Amino acid sequence: MSGPRSLSTVLILGIPILWVVVFMLLPYGIIVTYSFWVKAYPTFKPAFQFGNYLTLVTDPQYVQVLLRTLKISALVSVLSLLLAYPFAWWLVFRCHNQSLKTWAYMAVIAPLWVSYLLRAYIWKTILGTEGILNSFLMSTGIISEPSSLFLYNQFAMVVTLTYIFIPFMVMPIYTALERIPANLSEASSDLGMAPWQTFLKVTLPLSTPGIAAGFTLTFCLSFGDFIAPFLVGGPDGNLIASVIQSQFGSALNWPLGSALSIVMLVIVLAIVSLSDRIEARANTGAH
Amino acid sequence: MAAIIELQGISKHYSRTIIGVDNVSLSVEDGEFVTLLGPSGCGKSTLLRMIGGFEAPTHGKIRLAGQDVTHVPPYRRDVNMVFQDYALFPHMTVGENIAYGLKMLGKGRDEARRMAAEALEMVGLADKIDQRPMQLSGGQRQRVALARAIVRRPKVLLLDEPLSALDARLRDQMRIEMKHLHEKVGITFIMVTHDQEEALTMSDRVVVMEKGRVAQDGRPQDLYDHPASPYVANFIGTTNFLAARRSGAGVATAAGPLQVEEAVDMPDGAEVTVGFRPEKTRILAPGETAANALPARIAEVIYYGLGLRITVELADGAQVHVDTLLPDTLARSDVPRPGTPVTIAVEPHNIFVFPGKVVV
Repeated sequence: MSGPRSLSTVLILGIPILWVVVFMLLPYGIIVTYSFWVKAYPTFKPAFQFGNYLTLVTDPQYVQVLLRTLKISALVSVLSLLLAYPFAWWLVFRCHNQSLKTWAYMAVIAPLWVSYLLRAYIWKTILGTEGILNSFLMSTGIISEPSSLFLYNQFAMVVTLTYIFIPFMVMPIYTALERIPANLSEASSDLGMAPWQTFLKVTLPLSTPGIAAGFTLTFCLSFGDFIAPFLVGGPDGNLIASVIQSQFGSALNWPLGSALSIVMLVIVLAIVSLSDRIEARANTGAH
Repeated sequence: MAAIIELQGISKHYSRTIIGVDNVSLSVEDGEFVTLLGPSGCGKSTLLRMIGGFEAPTHGKIRLAGQDVTHVPPYRRDVNMVFQDYALFPHMTVGENIAYGLKMLGKGRDEARRMAAEALEMVGLADKIDQRPMQLSGGQRQRVALARAIVRRPKVLLLDEPLSALDARLRDQMRIEMKHLHEKVGITFIMVTHDQEEALTMSDRVVVMEKGRVAQDGRPQDLYDHPASPYVANFIGTTNFLAARRSGAGVATAAGPLQVEEAVDMPDGAEVTVGFRPEKTRILAPGETAANALPARIAEVIYYGLGLRITVELADGAQVHVDTLLPDTLARSDVPRPGTPVTIAVEPHNIFVFPGKVVV
C-alpha cells in the first residue's frame, strides 16, 4: 500500500472509529463501571458488586416504574400503529390526488420540525384545567366545572407521546406500503379474494417490515423519554428515564442510575434485535 | 359456438378530452385465442382490464357467458389474468401462489396442493413447488403466473403483454408453448400485445386497435393480405406506400401507372394511396418483363442473414423497400450495389388501394 493511500484509509476509517470510541463506547464503559460501584455519601466509591442491580429487582418501586414504562411505551406504540396504519394505507392506496397526498404526508411530518419541548407543552395547554379541552366541554355543557382528570396521569402521557412519536410510525409503514406493487392486490382480487381478504393475505404480510420498524422506533423513543413525564405525567406518569435523571441529579446516586441505564439499554437492544429479525424474515420471505 | 365474451359499445373516458377506449363492440367465441394488437396508448390494455373488472367502462356493457358483468368486481368474475410482470406473491412459495385462488373455490388444503402440483406439471415446473418466486428466472415466473391463472379453470384467461419481459429467444419458445397450452386446456384466451409477430403467430383472431377504436378485426392472414386501412397495413408487416390518382382500370403514380385488382369505387382522378409489401415486390432480371414494372435505382442494401432488404428509389424520388431471400447461388460479391439501375414489379393482386392521401 502506498503512503497517501494508507493515510486516506486511516482518515476515512479512523475518524468514525474514533468518534464511536470516544462518544459511545467510552461513555457506555463508564456507565457500566459505575453500575458496580457503591454509594458513599456524598459521592461513590469503586467496587465490583451487584447490589445496585439487586436493588432494582427487589425494590418494588423500581420494578413498578419499569413495568409502567413498558406498559406506556407499548400503549403508545399500539395506539400509534392503530392511527398510523389506516392513515398510511389511505395515503398509498386511496388518495389519488397528488397534492392532497403531499400535504397530508407533510402534515404528519411537519411537527418533527417543531421543538420537541413545544410539542409536549401543547398538550399541557390542551389537557390542563384551564385548557382547551376543559373550556370546550364546559361551553358545550357536558361538564360544569373544569376537570383535572385529563392532565398529570398515564392517559396524558400516552396521548402526548403518541402525538410526538407518531411520525416515526407513519414513515416506515408508508414506505413499506408504497413498495408493494399495485398489481399484487389486483392479482389477489383476480384470484377471488374480497378486498378485506386481500388486505389480510397480501397487504398486511408485506407491510410487516414497516410495522416492525415503526413499532421499534415509537417504543424505544417512548421508553427513553423523560420530558413528557415531567410536563404532563405527574407522579402517576413517572417513567424510567425520569428516575434515571433524578438518580444522577437530586438523588445523587450515580451507581444506581447507571445500573438502571444498563437495564434500559439491554431492553432496548433486545427489542431492536427482535425487530431486525422480523424485518429480515419478512424481506427474505422465509417462514 | 357461443360467444363467451360480448362487449357492447364499451367506452372509457378519463375526462372529457382523454378517451381511453371509444365505443368498442367485440364478441369472442368460446375457446378462441383473440389478440388485441396496437401501439401503446391505443386502449388495448384498458379494454383487457375492463374485461377483468379492474376498471369500469364509462359506457357500454360487458357480458360473460351471457351474463352482464359490467359492474361485477374482479373477485366475482370467472376470468383470470396473467399480469405483465406476473404479480406473483413474494411472501409465498410457488405452490402457495398457485393454490391461492383455489381456497375461494372451496378446495381443501390437500386438494389445492394437488391441483397446484398438476398445474405446475403442465408448465414443466413440477420441481419448483416449494421455491419462492424470487428464486426463479423470468421465464419460470411467467409459467408460474400462467399456472396460477389456469388452475382455476376460468371461462376466459386474460394475458397482458405476457411475453414482453422475456428475452427474444425465450419469447419465441413461450409463444409456441402458450399456443399449445391454449389447445390443451381449451379455455378462451384474450391477449394484449404490441408485437405484431406475436399476434400473428399465436392467435386465431387479431383485433387491431387504433386510438381507442377497433381498426380491423380478423384472422391473421386476412389482416395481412387485406388490411382495411393504411394504419393496419403499416402496423402489421411493412408496407410501401405511394401517392396516386385513380386512372382508367388502375392508378397513376408519379413513377408510372399501376394495374390493380382491388375494386376501386372512386371517380377518375380521385386521390388514392397504394400500398404493397416489400416481400411481394420483385427486382426483375435483366430483359425480364412483367406487369406493373417501374424503373428504379438501388439506394441501399441491408443484409440480414435470411435475405436482403433493398431500398430502391423510383423515378420521382420515392423510396420503396424490396425484400428478397438470398439465393444460395448468390455470392457475396453479387449483392446488388447502390446506384445500379433496376426495374421493380408488383403483381396487380398484391396492391392495396386506400382512398385519399395518406401520411405515414
